[in-house]
Amino acid sequence: MSSMAAKPFKTVAPKTRNELLDLRQWVKSAPAALRKLDPRLMWRNPVMFIVELGAAFTTVLAALDPSVFAWTITVWLWLTVLFANAAEAIAEGRGKAQADSLRKAKTDTPARRLAKQDPAIDSPKVETVEVPAPELRRGDYVLVVAGEVIPGDGDVVTGIASVDESAITGESAPVIRESGGDRCAVMGGTRVLSDWVVVRITAEPGKSFLDRMIALVEGSERRKTPNEIALNILLAAMTIIFVLAVVTMQPVAIFSKDYMAAAQDTAVLNQDGVTGIVMVSLLVCLIPTTIGALLSAIGIAGMDRLVQRNVLAMSGRAVEAAGDVDTLLLDKTGTVTYGNRRASSFLAVPGVPAATLANAAQLSSLADETPEGRSIVVYAKEAYGLRERATGELDDAEWIEFTAQTRMSGVDLAEHGSVHRIRKGAAAAVIEWVKTEGGDPNPRVHDLVDQVSREGGTPLVVAEHQVGETARVLGVVYLKDIVKEGMAERFAKLRAMGIRTVMVTGDNPRTAAAIAAEAGVDDFLAEAKPEDKMALIKREQESGRMVAMTGDGTNDAPALAAADVGVAMNTGTSAAKEAGNMVDLDSDPTKLIEIVAIGKQLLMTRGALTTFSIANDIAKYFAIIPAIFAVIYPGLDALNIMRLASPESAIVSAVVFNAIIIIALVPLALKGVAYKPGSASALLRRNLLVYGLGGIVTPFIGIKLIDLVVALIPGMA
Amino acid sequence: MSETTAGVVFIAAMLAALALSYKPLGDYMYRVVTREHHRKVERGIYRVIGARPGTEQNWAGYARSVLAFSVVSILVLFLFQRVQSALPFSNGFIGVEPGLAWNTAVSFTTNTNWQAYSGEATMGIFVQASGLAVQNFVSAAVGIAVAIVLVRGFARKATDKLGNFWVDLTRIVLWVLLPISLVAAIVLIGGGVVQNLTDFTSASTTTGDQTITGGLIASQEAIKNLGTNGGGPFNANAAHPFENPTSWTNFVIIYLLLVIPFSLPRTFGRLVGQNRQGYAIAAVMGVIALASVSLVVGFENMANGTVPQAVSAAMEGKEVRFGIPDSGLFAAATTLTSTGSVNSFHDSYTSFGGGVLMLDMMLGEVAPGGVGAGLYGMLVLATITVFIAGLMVGRTPEYLGKKIGAREIKLASLYFLVTPALLLIGVAASIAVPENLESMQDAGPHGLSEMLYAFASASNNNGSAFAGFGANTPWFNTALGLCMLFGRFLPIILVLALAGSLAKQKPVPATAGTFPTHKPLFVGMVVGVTIILVALTFLPVLALGPIADGLQ
Repeated sequence: MSSMAAKPFKTVAPKTRNELLDLRQWVKSAPAALRKLDPRLMWRNPVMFIVELGAAFTTVLAALDPSVFAWTITVWLWLTVLFANAAEAIAEGRGKAQADSLRKAKTDTPARRLAKQDPAIDSPKVETVEVPAPELRRGDYVLVVAGEVIPGDGDVVTGIASVDESAITGESAPVIRESGGDRCAVMGGTRVLSDWVVVRITAEPGKSFLDRMIALVEGSERRKTPNEIALNILLAAMTIIFVLAVVTMQPVAIFSKDYMAAAQDTAVLNQDGVTGIVMVSLLVCLIPTTIGALLSAIGIAGMDRLVQRNVLAMSGRAVEAAGDVDTLLLDKTGTVTYGNRRASSFLAVPGVPAATLANAAQLSSLADETPEGRSIVVYAKEAYGLRERATGELDDAEWIEFTAQTRMSGVDLAEHGSVHRIRKGAAAAVIEWVKTEGGDPNPRVHDLVDQVSREGGTPLVVAEHQVGETARVLGVVYLKDIVKEGMAERFAKLRAMGIRTVMVTGDNPRTAAAIAAEAGVDDFLAEAKPEDKMALIKREQESGRMVAMTGDGTNDAPALAAADVGVAMNTGTSAAKEAGNMVDLDSDPTKLIEIVAIGKQLLMTRGALTTFSIANDIAKYFAIIPAIFAVIYPGLDALNIMRLASPESAIVSAVVFNAIIIIALVPLALKGVAYKPGSASALLRRNLLVYGLGGIVTPFIGIKLIDLVVALIPGMA
Repeated sequence: MSETTAGVVFIAAMLAALALSYKPLGDYMYRVVTREHHRKVERGIYRVIGARPGTEQNWAGYARSVLAFSVVSILVLFLFQRVQSALPFSNGFIGVEPGLAWNTAVSFTTNTNWQAYSGEATMGIFVQASGLAVQNFVSAAVGIAVAIVLVRGFARKATDKLGNFWVDLTRIVLWVLLPISLVAAIVLIGGGVVQNLTDFTSASTTTGDQTITGGLIASQEAIKNLGTNGGGPFNANAAHPFENPTSWTNFVIIYLLLVIPFSLPRTFGRLVGQNRQGYAIAAVMGVIALASVSLVVGFENMANGTVPQAVSAAMEGKEVRFGIPDSGLFAAATTLTSTGSVNSFHDSYTSFGGGVLMLDMMLGEVAPGGVGAGLYGMLVLATITVFIAGLMVGRTPEYLGKKIGAREIKLASLYFLVTPALLLIGVAASIAVPENLESMQDAGPHGLSEMLYAFASASNNNGSAFAGFGANTPWFNTALGLCMLFGRFLPIILVLALAGSLAKQKPVPATAGTFPTHKPLFVGMVVGVTIILVALTFLPVLALGPIADGLQ
């Protein structure tokens, strides 16, 4: 289970809380935040672009007619823009640190290209040409010997070597890479520890896995995802509505001021209507700046959360799709069950004491080095207290190893001048052996064998033969596919989220059904061939469902490509990695479940902050509308329910709240909103309560508190 | 029975009547628009207008038909009014001047029925019956047809075929609007509403001799309310005793203007194959409508204390035969739908009461809204709600199995932008021109409310007005005409495009991860989104209009 134990790759630990309380993070992001003020970059975020324009406009107004009020507003408007830029810079910064450590793995050492481009060599002592690694082309053959760094992505075509991939995966245990089969892919930047290999380069320069990984974690390849685009359109529409609401307010304000000509002119409202500073303030407070400021940080952080779990998504689209998954295809072996079957009970035939069967089973398995054989020895020890004997411990024992031909293992013990022979193996083979040795297999054996098969297990029969007597069957070893702990709970959670799990296995339908029932998956595909998997994906997609799957073999590649979310295992072939839209560096198939959660969390964070942003507007209106117009119609002061000190302090407080809430929500944007798997209704109720109701209430409190401070500034009260 | 008790009984009876019609009428309309074969009379009509009933249109084709039909309607109406003197049954009225004729033509074609003129003093029976009344039918049918197309967009799978406009139009007029109007007209005649072909009746009253215009009043009254049109033959509209003589006819009229919009959600539920979705939409409409009625009646009653009654303040502009609750219900019903017929004068309502009526229209008239227009407006709002809600549950949002992606959100957002933009720009541009201020009967906040009301009414195709606002000027005839035109057809085009984009999709099956859109949570959320978005958009102008007026 090395894949399960893999250490997560954490060049930057996700200590979100500490990091964000750390002021240095903000200071460090300041230069980037300033650089991002460039309008050519800003306009891509229409909401914040409007804020920047507004800030520039109030700067001019404040310079022409300076006042504490005008400058306070101007400074805070610029801060609003800078906070938004800093949020994005911090999110990007976390990726940059990871990218830097990855870059160190990029090699500049020259590659040794075979002079004769023929990989069929049997010794590393061949003529090679030194070429810089970046000049290698797809199809080149290079020789890599122990101690050297593999110069580029490729497949091993000759030789076998142990390779240290820790630079990319963080996993320190070396892995074996050999030509042919599903273990041939190597990555540039990894190091050969022993032996030598010839690698056929499969990636053009600059397009290697490492390059892609660096680009991904840096966010330089980030493109807006479909839901992000849709949300941006909605935010743009809201911005337009509020621009309209604020701009059209002006003629109406002038009309009202004319009607109440006796009302005194203030810094907020005069003969020419609402002052420019206040118009901009109102607009900035109303347009959805909170979500506008944090939108791209949320996206970057979502990808980053995947990277921290050692998963590389080739596009943001794939992460988003993960949240939409309806059907999860899981390979039985390694995902639902531990890879190997284990002994789970001994079923003795009538008349044979259980201890006799256990002893015989253990003895016959001592020479069986297969995982199943080992599990019998261990089970006998645990359940019957039989000490595990070493093969050398017993005198005059002749060990019979398991072979594919005999399908049996066992031992011949010389005892009291006679020979005691014990055999254990496939039911048919052992029964045949008993018959050959003159025995008559107990009819109960067939019942036991059938029973084990029916329950999804694999039966092994144990028999003995005392030379000179007839052979007899002792009983059956029940080998069971062990379902990983906690799988049933995980699948139940997935079911609550509306995700159907389908177990894919090569087992016969009976065995598959038994394991599926035990693991709690919703459905299974038995005796599955790669094309069956493909057909299942097509069928699911045909009915409008989104499918996710994992895979590692070359024959998984078409299905990985067809699935909406295809997670390739890093141990897999380059064909599989090429076909999927995510790669799991830990090669842990159960991680799909986490990937789905991250996808959902990404969307939820966007939705929650959008709701919060819009809900905030209510309080801001209650602050600003009476501040502007109570001077004309004193009755409107009734709307000043927060009892803010003065029109100026009310407007400043709203603007300051609007800016500060961005900083306050950065940790949430980077961490994502809390996600507990559950039904859509439960999730919505919770998020609506926290971010909808919270979004209405919070600014009333926040603005009031800020106003208490602002009122102390001379010229504000 | 006290007035309050009577009012509560009246409103409760209305609710019961609407609830009873929901299923049968909704199911009936479902059958009308889904029937496979064409009846003989329908085929006759298709031959006359040259329609090919067997071919279904895509959204663009459907939109072209709607627009072509409407342009022709406007031209015909304009022409009828201009040459009125040469037409039979013109009651001696001369041709209508161009500005007003344009305004009226647009107004009736867009189902607004804004009347910048006094009906009995401008239009003869011919124009009333063969021009305006015809539009009362067909403009209503257009609204219902467009709503049906949007619902088909949700219901259909992977197709661009959305139905045939001419088939939908013909069937809705023939089998929905005509029969119900016929029955309603007879009921109204029974209730004392006038129906004759006489020009004028002279009557001697205590205050002297009066000349009273007759005409086909009951038949007009039936369709003007059933089709949420609102334009009546009399200037006093449904406050006129010939149009609406008793509390009983008042009940029938309010029922007529609410019954189709409140039953269409059932048709929607049937078409998408989930009746509960229809109940949810009807519930959203019901919650908003009840809140509005309670607020209007509440505000009017508050001003109904001793002193206001002594100076007959709260009853000013209301008919004594109806009283406050029945007038308030009528006012809320007419502004919540796109009807605009009135049995009392909204200008005379309390500031807050009048403000609520304005807000009813600003909501986009979705609770229950104009025939068809209310349903499609509500479905667009539901789509926006689903988008926000969908993100909050961590899935690409989907409504009735259709994904709400960038294109759907773009169309829904644009839809939502149109009427606020028309309203706000209209008011801002008008108020900035000094001569326009002369149209206001009052100065200050109340004057602003009058103008605000006019643009809210025109942009949302309502048609009612704060009486006293002088809208018959070249500026307002043109500006309000444009608001009516764009306020009707831009949303229709966007809705049809949305239908096209939804119909193309293959539906996504619902799972536990899909956010259910038939539960109270969703109903509450749509109500919240509708009110909050609208309140946020209009609060600045409302603050300076009705709110300042009321808090003075």
